[in-house]
Amino acid sequence: MNLELTDLTLMQAIEALRSGEISSRELTRACLERIEKLEPSLHAFLHLAAESALAQADEADRQQVTGDGQHKPLLGIPIAVKDVLAVEGLPCTAGSKILEGFVPPFTATAVKRLQEAGAIAIGKTNTDEFAMGSSTENSAYGMTHNPWDLTRVPGGSSGGSAAAVAARMVPAALGTDTGGSVRQPAAFCGVTGLKPTYGRVSRYGLVAYGSSLDVAGALGHTAEDVALLFSIMAGRDALDATTQDVAVPTIDLVGATLAVASGRGLAPPLHGLRIGVPREYFVRGIQVEVEAGVRQAVSVLEGLGAEVHEISLPHSEYALPVYYIISPAEASANLARYDGIRYGSRIQAEAMWDIFYRTRGRKFGAEVERRIMLGTYALSAGYYDAYYGQAQKVRTLIKRDFEQAFERVDVIAAPVAPTTAFPIGAHRDDPLAMYLEDVFTLPANLAGVPGLAFPVGFDGAGLPVGMQLMGQHFHEDVLLRAAHAYQQVTDWHMRAPSL
Amino acid sequence: MPLSLEEVERIATLARLELSAEEKTRYRQQLSAILDYIRKLQELDTTDIAPTSSAPGGDSSLRADEPRPGLSRADLFRNAPETEQEQFKIPPVFE
Repeated sequence: MNLELTDLTLMQAIEALRSGEISSRELTRACLERIEKLEPSLHAFLHLAAESALAQADEADRQQVTGDGQHKPLLGIPIAVKDVLAVEGLPCTAGSKILEGFVPPFTATAVKRLQEAGAIAIGKTNTDEFAMGSSTENSAYGMTHNPWDLTRVPGGSSGGSAAAVAARMVPAALGTDTGGSVRQPAAFCGVTGLKPTYGRVSRYGLVAYGSSLDVAGALGHTAEDVALLFSIMAGRDALDATTQDVAVPTIDLVGATLAVASGRGLAPPLHGLRIGVPREYFVRGIQVEVEAGVRQAVSVLEGLGAEVHEISLPHSEYALPVYYIISPAEASANLARYDGIRYGSRIQAEAMWDIFYRTRGRKFGAEVERRIMLGTYALSAGYYDAYYGQAQKVRTLIKRDFEQAFERVDVIAAPVAPTTAFPIGAHRDDPLAMYLEDVFTLPANLAGVPGLAFPVGFDGAGLPVGMQLMGQHFHEDVLLRAAHAYQQVTDWHMRAPSL
Repeated sequence: MPLSLEEVERIATLARLELSAEEKTRYRQQLSAILDYIRKLQELDTTDIAPTSSAPGGDSSLRADEPRPGLSRADLFRNAPETEQEQFKIPPVFE
């Protein structure tokens, strides 16, 4: 019985709750039981809020009966939140020892909007420290394992959220994406994950990494599920001045109309949709089954009425060096706030300067220290123009590539990562090799465009293969519609790992 | 063009990071490899290209400067490693 409850998609769970077929307490408890059963092998969570989640579930059940929650589309739905998004009263470590014991007195806007819509934060999920990594191996609290193969990484940095959804611990989860951190773990774990347009979802309460790149996104089983969460999270927020006042596409959210949302909000077919396939994303080194899976999925979209064009994004090869100047530069400034004085942990010393040096030197992990140093170097006197200045100019060229491509096509289809989930420890002593895992996801962050990853098959080892669709700024709905159409005629997204 | 040990120490000081001798050696080698890769950007001519600092537009809008409720003092100090009389406590800076 519990297995059935945790197998529900977000939309199915909403319907079951509304019809009274199940209660939020039953659903929340089923999730908690499954988490308890699978945590020892997966370690997807850093904190669980079992008690408060059950109390909120009871309140949701009450509102469901009285009708007080009529206007709340997510009433009684448990979700998991990546541990870089603040939830008032729950610990927020960002996977770092330097934030050990930190309990934020406020809630991130993205989470708050979901809570106001009735969602229940059931726990905080594992992440690479400060979202810096592609495998969750950089978490200071132990890594997460891939539900499809426990000897492999779940991807990162939102690896805990992706693993939790894939393992049916929760129907959906929140992640953040600075250079691929929603899309790559979604691909590695076989779930659907959206990185919205930069400025589309508030960064208030998101532990800052690269402020011109960071955005919160959603992971779930289906494009519909992700679309619903996105439409609630998105929109202008007075607490984040970079959020834009652009209309958010609504799937019809209220009450009984949910049932027909699939027919109205995200309806196929894809007649007239122009899909571009960038030749720079199919290079030597890409796993054969990844390329085959993506090309096969593109032909499925073609079968649904889309037109396919080969396109070029000529500066793609420069995205990685640009990203590894800009994001560490921003990180080195953002992480200067961790000084052992105002919040987080401290290593005591005789002199104040030594508190700074020791707390930071001992509480930050190696990848965070590397990126802080890289950024500090790129911004330091004498190197600024050659590194940071040049990177910002090449960022313009990458952005222009997308602008020019979107004159010809509506959507760009590409692999999410060059390979399926790699073995734990594969890049242990080679940070550059780890960075190369992000080569296909970084450009969307640099250009600020939205990207949606979803499963399109499996490789010979039984690991999920993902594809990403990228679109114009604020055109998330186009990506979601295309993925939804794909998911109506395929069932890769409904496959579950045997655990 | 590897970083020298002195450069690694200079960067660590700027970033306020205490590093062990072993970390300095390791980061020197790793950062040098990353910087070698990053120098690929120098091959592009960007003479007339304007820099991009943010995406998509980067036109941050400003809100009206009006007082509004913020976090309470109790909330602000709750997470501090050491406080005294609602102040952050640090070792003496002046003799």
